Amino acid sequence: MIFLKLILTNLRRHRIRSLISVAGIAFSVAAMLTVVTILQGAIGMFSSILSSDSEIIVFERNVSDLFFSNVPAAAVEQISSWPMVAHADPVLFGIVSSAGHPIITCFGVTSADARIRKATWIAGDRLTFGSQSDGVVLGERAAQFLAVQVGDHVPIGHAVFHIIGILKTANGFEDGGVFMPLASAQSFFHKEGSSSVITIKLKNKDDAASFKSMVKANYGNLIALEDAEFNRSYSQFRILKATAWAVGACGLLLGGLGVANTMIMSVFTRIREIAILRVNGFSNPQIGTMIFGESAVVSLVGALAGLLIGTAILFALKLIPALDGYVDPTIHPAVLLIVILLALFTGAAGAFYPAIYAMRVRAVEALRFE
Amino acid sequence: MIASSQSNPQSRIVLQAKNLWKSYDHGAIAVLKGVDFEAVEGQAVALCGPSGCGKSTLLHLFGGLDEPDSGRVFVNGIEVNRHRNLLRLLRHEVGFVFQLHNLIPDLTLAENCLIPTVAAGVDRRVAKARLMELTERTGLSHRLDQRIQKLSGGERQRTALCRALMNRPKILLADEPTGSLDEKNSAMVFDLLLDLVATENVTLLMATHDRNLAERCHHLVEMHDGRIHELASAR
Repeated sequence: MIFLKLILTNLRRHRIRSLISVAGIAFSVAAMLTVVTILQGAIGMFSSILSSDSEIIVFERNVSDLFFSNVPAAAVEQISSWPMVAHADPVLFGIVSSAGHPIITCFGVTSADARIRKATWIAGDRLTFGSQSDGVVLGERAAQFLAVQVGDHVPIGHAVFHIIGILKTANGFEDGGVFMPLASAQSFFHKEGSSSVITIKLKNKDDAASFKSMVKANYGNLIALEDAEFNRSYSQFRILKATAWAVGACGLLLGGLGVANTMIMSVFTRIREIAILRVNGFSNPQIGTMIFGESAVVSLVGALAGLLIGTAILFALKLIPALDGYVDPTIHPAVLLIVILLALFTGAAGAFYPAIYAMRVRAVEALRFE
Repeated sequence: MIASSQSNPQSRIVLQAKNLWKSYDHGAIAVLKGVDFEAVEGQAVALCGPSGCGKSTLLHLFGGLDEPDSGRVFVNGIEVNRHRNLLRLLRHEVGFVFQLHNLIPDLTLAENCLIPTVAAGVDRRVAKARLMELTERTGLSHRLDQRIQKLSGGERQRTALCRALMNRPKILLADEPTGSLDEKNSAMVFDLLLDLVATENVTLLMATHDRNLAERCHHLVEMHDGRIHELASAR
């Protein structure tokens, strides 16, 4: 109890300094949590587009981005005929723009695609999809920001399209996107006879390994990956994840410097007190524990405050209409744990030198200045 | 050089210094120049002498807070070694009282007194009982929950005395323990010091400028220029 009081006493003695340190950790944790969660949410949304009613993605080997992948129509036809395949859906990704909206995701799909079949149609008839080359279906949010409804014509990119339906989906990219018949999309993006990926649903999931082997054997320039494999290995996802953690780590580094500064000042301003504890039998580990204890309290309070701030920011972002559907405020337990551990580690690292310094205080020298 | 056990050869020697040399600033300031000293169990020994003669340094060496350049220091027959037995020495063998009380201002009187028991891992109930015993005897039992800032100078020094005796050390090293007190408080604290030394069978080695107080100890040691010049049986 007294030991704990010794830890808290010093933090209370310098309230402003302690609060600044807590704020440093809190904002670092909030930044890390927000950036990581937003990017993981975005990655999750993108991967859910690919894994819609499918288990395997086939795309061009060694492309850095799926937008640059070309899978020939012949491969789609042949793979569809393989006995273990339930269905193979080609998807062509593209980015289009409209007045005031520079980036709209475009999906070139067939009418059999799960995105069309399983979505909730707010307006229009699913069966009409693909019957007109200029007939497109919009996500609900896309229809809102383009201010159009079924029957309207909307200029997108270098062409004008006829809105034949509006569908609702929980995925932000899809909800803010345009669905074109595959052939129209191929023509629009000058990619006749090819798609970006093929999403595969197998009759039996256990055939995944043999399916991948067959793709490898038949198409040297294509690669088949299961959804989980794709999420782990896709370079864009890896870059995004690394960027998110790097940004967070930089924030925590700054927070750690704040803790280090506080702890150094804390030790320097009470060398005499540390000497008194030494004279009364405190060991080096006890002195060190006291200093690390102080930093642990700062880090823990900072981490908790940061989690609250980060969560509040995520929910606030979700409330912004333009971001609706793009931000998933769900914080994964693993992210939570990593962020708290990183905050504690940062605090400990910040207290390392001050603790060593405190352990080296010689009582006789400190007490001589009476 | 001089042994205070001369009066009773059967007494056990608890403090012993053999040919102690100590200097500062890489030898530029010589503080102790070959000090030999012994003190026996249960006696009060006053170290007198002008400022800078080496009184405090001798106390620090006996308490393991500093190392001699050469020579040997023994406490209860065990050689003091800062790297081997310092913690045991500070936790169980010696207690320190300084001129300034050196209490932690944000803690209460009771918490300050309990610090040595926390360091030594003494059972909480045992520590509490000892605290009650010492504060009763020093007239502080009604001030246990007071913060240090609210105590008078005499009360602070009595608190420091309680703290020094919490783990029942056999040796009390006091460096000008009444130096910052007025005459009345000084006499009160010193009476208490002698009383506790007698009843707890503690050996007291006290550095002081106050000759009146020094003469009330069993032995009075005169130090000059880093050497012990004279030892007298004061009473």
